[in-house]
Amino acid sequence: MNRRTIGVLVGLAIADLLASLWIGQQAYTWMPPQASAESVLVDNLFSFMTTLGSFIFLGVMGTLLYAILFQRAAKYDASDGPNIEGNVKLEVVWTTIPILLVIWIATVSYQTYDRMSILGPMEPLPMGMATAEAAPTDRAASVTSPPIQVFARQWAWEFHYPEAGVRSTELHLPVNQRAQLVLSSEDVLHGFFVPAFRVKQDVVPGREINFEFTPIREGRYRLRDSEYSGTYFAANQTNVVVESSEDYQDWLAMAAARSPFPAENVAFEAFNQTDASAIGLGWKTVEPAPAPLVNFASSEEDTYE
Amino acid sequence: MSNATLEAVSPSLQPQPGAPDNWRRFFSFSTDHKVIGIQYIVTAFIFFLFGGLLAMVMRGELITPEADLVDRTVYNGLFTMHGTIMLFMWTFPMLNGLANYLVPLQIGARDMAFPRLNAAAFWMVPVFGVILTLSFFVPGGPSQSGWWAYPPVSLQNPTGNLINGQSLWLLAVALSGVSSIMGAVNIVTTIFRMRAPGMGWFKMPAFCWTVLSAQMIQLVGLPALTAGAVTLLLDLTVGTSFFNPELGGDPVLYQHFFWFYSHPAVYVIILPIFGVFSEIFPVYARKPLFGYRVVAVSSLIITGLSLIVWVHHMFASGTPGWMRMLFMFTTMAISVPTGIKVFAWVATIWGGKLRLNTAMLFALGGLSTFLFAGITGIMLASAPFDIHVNNTYFVVGHFHYVINGAVVMGFYAAIYHWFPKMTGRMYYEGLGKLHCALTFIGINLIFLPMHPLGLMGMPRRVASYDPEFAFWNVLASLGGFLLGVSTLPFILNMLSSWAQGKQAPDNPWRAIGLEWLVSSPPPHENFEQLPIVVSAPYGYGSDEPLVANDPAHKPTHDLTEGVSP
Repeated sequence: MNRRTIGVLVGLAIADLLASLWIGQQAYTWMPPQASAESVLVDNLFSFMTTLGSFIFLGVMGTLLYAILFQRAAKYDASDGPNIEGNVKLEVVWTTIPILLVIWIATVSYQTYDRMSILGPMEPLPMGMATAEAAPTDRAASVTSPPIQVFARQWAWEFHYPEAGVRSTELHLPVNQRAQLVLSSEDVLHGFFVPAFRVKQDVVPGREINFEFTPIREGRYRLRDSEYSGTYFAANQTNVVVESSEDYQDWLAMAAARSPFPAENVAFEAFNQTDASAIGLGWKTVEPAPAPLVNFASSEEDTYE
Repeated sequence: MSNATLEAVSPSLQPQPGAPDNWRRFFSFSTDHKVIGIQYIVTAFIFFLFGGLLAMVMRGELITPEADLVDRTVYNGLFTMHGTIMLFMWTFPMLNGLANYLVPLQIGARDMAFPRLNAAAFWMVPVFGVILTLSFFVPGGPSQSGWWAYPPVSLQNPTGNLINGQSLWLLAVALSGVSSIMGAVNIVTTIFRMRAPGMGWFKMPAFCWTVLSAQMIQLVGLPALTAGAVTLLLDLTVGTSFFNPELGGDPVLYQHFFWFYSHPAVYVIILPIFGVFSEIFPVYARKPLFGYRVVAVSSLIITGLSLIVWVHHMFASGTPGWMRMLFMFTTMAISVPTGIKVFAWVATIWGGKLRLNTAMLFALGGLSTFLFAGITGIMLASAPFDIHVNNTYFVVGHFHYVINGAVVMGFYAAIYHWFPKMTGRMYYEGLGKLHCALTFIGINLIFLPMHPLGLMGMPRRVASYDPEFAFWNVLASLGGFLLGVSTLPFILNMLSSWAQGKQAPDNPWRAIGLEWLVSSPPPHENFEQLPIVVSAPYGYGSDEPLVANDPAHKPTHDLTEGVSP
């Protein structure tokens, strides 16, 4: 290779790198608002992987497009290309670099997951491998709010605050405190998913799963069922409200003072409507559980971010 | 190999029912691997259209946020049957068809090792296809638990009948497993025992390497799926409690059974398509496959790694942190042999003399969508990121880029490339290129918008969604309808070309390979004399001959003449 070729290649690599860095920054804008400490970690990881991925994608596609545009056979040229069967040096390079890249990505991912600690500190690995030090330095909240019981069922979410004696279909959490949830399901698999928090956990019937994360931004966000749970799966959604500690305490006191009433429930209402109509165009379904009796209910009319 | 010569019954010249010009053989219990191959491909393609139709109804539902086109139970049945049909009725049979047609021709064998087993494996496909189709008409409708059939949802049986959509589904999947095992035994045996004289492992075409690697996965993985399906069927029908938590069962155990096979299954699907790419790029770039030996061996490495990555489907399930981390590392590792292949194809194309006809364009399209899917795949391997997008449209977009991007486009590439060999006719390039353009645009228009949707937090398998997702869903639906339209020029091209296309020469692409040394279509039992292979498979740009004899014609001094009956 002469100097000019090397210069052009280096120039192209720099252009690829700059474009990839720019795309990596755009990655943040494709995500929902950052409402938890975990979302900051996940978005950084995603931006990092988008940068690397874009670099590879643009590099390979650029090479392919150049070949497609400029290396076509002339119409009546029936000759073969050069008889190149391989190049050991090149093959070693494109095996080694991906190995290093995936080790890099996996290490960053491991650190991210460890810092999120959504299932609590990771259990030690078998075979005597030590986990990274517990108690990550930047855990956003040292304060932990008391555990909230989360009940998933076909098709409603119900949140129980045992200390305050409150039942609600809207999840309220104090900002900047480590939220502790105990997830359980009464029938089938469900998935606890709040996109703005970037956290998700399947809810498994017959198990209680301790789940934790730290909301850092006040607002109302969407909570969705993420593990397919049957007929009204798509409607099994509710809202999460993150509010200041004072507002949270006020809300608990206000809700505790109310007497229980049946909450708004999309699945239950839709089922009763279909059942009442004479012509059913669907198939027989599992009957939804009745609307939960709660002190406070979320409304599908509420706006969220 | 040498024992194959012993059964070198000279292909007789008298007319026989399997003769290449007799269309009725496609509806018979033929034991000719070429007939069975085409039977598989055509049957599978009909189910592909059926599965695609279900998807278009789903895209019709999803063009608006509300559940308004079909009832929610119907939508759930649609996505369940779409996934099931596309995997068990389209992808697996289609790939078995390609392997059936090509492997004996490419390794220089007269047929498969067990021709009757081969025919029996094929004829099971329409049987379980009919069972799946009939399940639409039983009370309660077809299975509505998704193609994973996770309990306890799959154990809920609202009609209370013994014969219901779910039990028929399980029956069909179990039969599909039996058929696949029969096919795998046959193909693996054929490749091990029936290669032509002189065809050592590193003289075997890359497609056969990938088919071998894929079919070995079937032999290892399918028993786990079958065990899962049988125990689930027992839970559903006779009330055992392997997976039912109310009676002390563990639903997460089923997920391990299911993914222990169903993750490797994606490599059963993609590996032969890698093989197609490895066959097509050298022909239309006029260059040898770059790093052929490494590309060949990397298929086996993928096979090995594919068996130890299944928990990445369960990063958000009831799995402990250490398990998520362990399987994150193994999953990352599998991208290395896959990356080697991608780089090898790019190096094969680079500096060649490219001829961009339909097969090459489809292969290039498939390679580019696979590259994109590979990159989002590495992202999904990262557990903390996967926890955000797990069970969202990001995953749906990712795997459709593989399975509709790389696999379907790779299939089309293979069909256009080997169409002259299969039918003895040439196809129409213009229609082929139109088909390619519509397919490529359709795929990107439907599946690219699914990535932003998933990042925004839209779960998969929903019949209704929040209004902020509407914009990207409208685009995706338009892409879905375009994809449906894109099959029309293909069907027109295939039917009219097969009926009245130009006669194809033996080797229209000047390709190197044993299948191109015989007539188009190849005669019954393929080779007049078994080829004696003397070179590696991709000798473009070199003058070395591939074989030492002329397999299309009887030897002038036939030494085996005396032994044949």
